[in-house]
Amino acid sequence: MSVAPARNTKLIEGATGAWEIVIGMEVHAQVSSKSKLFSGAATEFGAEPNSQVSLVDAAMPGMLPVINRYCVEQAVKTGLGLKAKVNLHSVFDRKNYFYPDLPAGYQISQYKQPVVGEGEIHIDLASGESVRVGIERLHLEQDAGKSLHDQHPDLTYIDLNRAGVALMEIVSRPDMRSSEEAAAFLRKMRAILRYLGTCDGNMEAGSMRADVNVSVRRPGAALGTRCEIKNVNSMRFIVQAVEFEARRQIDILEAGGSIRQETRLFDSKNGETRPMRSKEEAHDYRYFPDPDLLPLTFEQTWVDELAKALPELPDEKKLRFMQAGLSAYDAAVLVGEKEAADYFEEMVREGAEAKAAANWLNNEYFGRLNKAGLTISSGPISAKAASLTVSLVASNVISGKIAKELTDIIWREGGDPREIVERLGLRQVSDTAAIESAVDAVIAANPDKVEEVKAKPKAAAWFVGQVMKATQGKANPQVVNAILRRRLNLPDEG
Amino acid sequence: MPVDRETVRRIARLARLAVDEGQVAAMETELNALLTWVQQLEEVNVEGVPPMTSVVEQRLKMREDMVTDGGYAGDIIKNAPLAENHFFVVPKVVE
Amino acid sequence: MARASDPTRFTIAEARDALATKDISARELAQAHVDAVARARSLNAFITETPDHALSRAAQSDARIAAGEARPLEGIPLAIKDLFCTQGVRTTAASRILDNFIPTYESTVSQNLWDAGALMVGKTNLDEFAMGSSNETSYFGPVTNPWRARGRNDDLVPGGSSGGSATAVAAHLALGATGTDTGGSIRQPAAVTGIVGLKPTYGRCSRWGIVAFASSLDQAGPMTRTVRDAAIMLKTMASHDPRDSTSVDVPVPDYEASLGRGVAGLKVGIPKEYRIDGAPPEIDELWKRGVEWLRAQGAEIIDVSLPHTKYALPAYYIVAPAEASSNLARYDGVRYGHRASGVSDLTGLYERTRAEGFGREVRRRIMIGTYVLSAGYYDAYYLRAQRVRTLIARDFADVFQRCDVLLTPATPCPAFAVGAKTADPVSMYLNDVFTVTVNLAGLPAISVPAGLSHDGLPLGLQIIGKAFDEATVLRAGRAIETAADFRAAPQDWWRSA
Ligand SMILES: [Mg+2]
Ligand SMILES: [Zn+2]
Repeated sequence: MSVAPARNTKLIEGATGAWEIVIGMEVHAQVSSKSKLFSGAATEFGAEPNSQVSLVDAAMPGMLPVINRYCVEQAVKTGLGLKAKVNLHSVFDRKNYFYPDLPAGYQISQYKQPVVGEGEIHIDLASGESVRVGIERLHLEQDAGKSLHDQHPDLTYIDLNRAGVALMEIVSRPDMRSSEEAAAFLRKMRAILRYLGTCDGNMEAGSMRADVNVSVRRPGAALGTRCEIKNVNSMRFIVQAVEFEARRQIDILEAGGSIRQETRLFDSKNGETRPMRSKEEAHDYRYFPDPDLLPLTFEQTWVDELAKALPELPDEKKLRFMQAGLSAYDAAVLVGEKEAADYFEEMVREGAEAKAAANWLNNEYFGRLNKAGLTISSGPISAKAASLTVSLVASNVISGKIAKELTDIIWREGGDPREIVERLGLRQVSDTAAIESAVDAVIAANPDKVEEVKAKPKAAAWFVGQVMKATQGKANPQVVNAILRRRLNLPDEG
Repeated sequence: MPVDRETVRRIARLARLAVDEGQVAAMETELNALLTWVQQLEEVNVEGVPPMTSVVEQRLKMREDMVTDGGYAGDIIKNAPLAENHFFVVPKVVE
Repeated sequence: MARASDPTRFTIAEARDALATKDISARELAQAHVDAVARARSLNAFITETPDHALSRAAQSDARIAAGEARPLEGIPLAIKDLFCTQGVRTTAASRILDNFIPTYESTVSQNLWDAGALMVGKTNLDEFAMGSSNETSYFGPVTNPWRARGRNDDLVPGGSSGGSATAVAAHLALGATGTDTGGSIRQPAAVTGIVGLKPTYGRCSRWGIVAFASSLDQAGPMTRTVRDAAIMLKTMASHDPRDSTSVDVPVPDYEASLGRGVAGLKVGIPKEYRIDGAPPEIDELWKRGVEWLRAQGAEIIDVSLPHTKYALPAYYIVAPAEASSNLARYDGVRYGHRASGVSDLTGLYERTRAEGFGREVRRRIMIGTYVLSAGYYDAYYLRAQRVRTLIARDFADVFQRCDVLLTPATPCPAFAVGAKTADPVSMYLNDVFTVTVNLAGLPAISVPAGLSHDGLPLGLQIIGKAFDEATVLRAGRAIETAADFRAAPQDWWRSA
């Protein structure tokens, strides 16, 4: 397997020198289908126990699977979105093991011949660096049911509502080198799935889950022994889990120990990982082609049609945003959340200049939303109002300072920014007569300062500030500056 | 002989079949007899012969994505040896 | 009508006419069979008797007949192998593991029969999970063959796994029965009980609702006393089922109509590999007679070769147990069926439940199947077996370039004594040596009673056909039936007053 070279910025220091973290990920993404992969039962989240279970899902004697066309389509679309090879012939296998939430005693999955082969994802880091992460494969498989261990001291309760729900298992190459990259990968994966509409990416509801494979090695050395961490179901946990696990492994190795390949469970309460009891036994899944199904085959022409109908994806959008004048990082931030990108594009449609709109979002609005614990979709300011605010500044109707004030008002009360500006008289004053008199008043009131400024012209800024204050910020700063220089006959600045 | 007693125990464990020590020896003999008998397949030249995946010459049928089933939790647990408010119940599982 | 005195002597075709002409009522017909079933308990052919079901359906049938709305199998009493899930009626697969499992659903094949007006006299006994060739592995005890060797009283096996269905039909406890055939489980018991058994093309009858043994081999089919009755039953049993991904969407012809067309000009292949040493000479003699019967009726006889025939049985005993080991994993005591008591850890619960619930032969096959799929052995066993299977299918494809059907013996020997082959699994497995090849290739085949062994036990001949060409298989079977004119019947020594 080809492994990306060390990126030295990512090395972490141990007691005995530098270590490199190597991370690979297995993402389980629930297909956004109404019914299950091999049965007609519903997939909705949070229904009554065993109410969304068919005889097939409960593995009643003599029951047989029939595949859901839509799920196959979503897998192929996702493959295309990952720039991956779509296999026209793939095979469903049985993965055999006993567990109470696996009713048939086997999971229908794809082993040697998955529906989607190699692809790639590009992730953007805060440093502006862009990293390529290889995708090894994507296959379709059934989800298991739910085991509730906390209902009774010595009993486990089984609900099969999830059993048979369609999952896309997407396996990355071990190309990530830091917890930041791991989180960025998952964020990017989520964005792609949501742009495609093949998975809602809801990690809280479990429709997107990640198993993280972590190992450490000396820079450039061969891959170390990896541990698979299950149940890492939020971006924040990814970072915690990777960092805890890497540190744990480094401590063991530096103490002269060796890493035992094992499956570990992330415990979000204390941010630690611990070995999974249920996975201790060595597994032998006895994969073989499911004799109840035939190989999954389709034509390239069908794949081509799906490719044509594919929506614009984050990378393409990012490029378009950059062509519109945004920095790579600003563009990446905006496309990261589909809703943010949509909001931005609506602002531009409503007339805002792209760069200004992006700045307002990144420097003004996102901060407010975070503070208020809101999202772009639940936030109080409409894209239209935002666009008008930005345009009012651009067309010199209001100053940047007033714009903040205006944003406060529409955040609190909503309303049409133009109307508010008029009603509260926030227009910035550019009419020279008014400003000249204000300037004269300030000069008259501060003869000492006038001397000062003549000595070192830089101090003129103080006068500008005074005039702005006198005009409650409504004066156009450029005009004020020009008049001042004329009155105090200072040289024009280059 | 293809299998020894340890293998018999391992396979029984994989298949979730309790075997008391008394049965292990008998099973070992039986399995070896059968596995030796089927080993005559090694005479066959299967060079380049694809394994049979299905005897039916047809394409995998596909369903449309519609909710057509479920909604009868009562029937699902009807035959359950142990169930509680529509959950199946098993001895505590430790993760 | 002569037979009305004992309606259990009817064939399905005769009963159909007698009902139509009102020579007998469905109620009378059902009652006669319900009584016959009750008087034949010593044969242990049924696991569950369903007299109420039979009689209430019969009443409905009489109403329909009176209204002139009779359906193809209106009022015909049938026995259903207890591998078919029947709604509201206990279904056991002859295993303790299913305990008192009562399906909330009806198998497609049995539903097709009920929709055609047929009624059920009971669920028949079988080898546990259809794993056996003598019906001796049933948790509910062995079935006794109605036939006895000339001048002897010792019990013989009815073959298997559909031994209860074969016995029910041979002993006139039902006009016909359903069976399932994974390696010969319809044809072999049919042959040794002197009845007709048809294994259709894989995919012809839906597997939905039939307890699975080996998914790539299992196929349901009719067991009857005449070839015509098999044609009548198959027409109703067969259907395309959207709930079974392996059920094939091809038209179901009127098999009965094509029976009369005879075999003149039909090309009949005689595969030399079916002449096996060790088989009693009377098997070979019967086969030769069959060849002459067909030639006499104008068929063209062609000697052919199926070179991989001898590898079919070993390949089968890798593929079938492998699939079974996975298919039977669902019997874990959690959602239905037997559950071991007094076990407080999950693995213990699984291991005890399954050890208690499965009989010895089933456990043996689960072990074999688990082994051949396990890490490091998959390629050597399972993969190789599936390759050999491809070669076996190719053998058939080649000869069917030149032939319409093949004629072979159905079994290497007549019915044998209870316990005769239980000690040595391989000797038991050899009973399917002539039938198993067809399952591996998914082809249709019929076993037709053709004569008696030296000690008066029935023997059958097998006709193998091209995929989905059951019509020709039945035609050739009919030709054998006519020529053989098999009239022998077992003495009804089993009847209790
Ligand atoms: Mg996995
Ligand atoms: Zn998975």
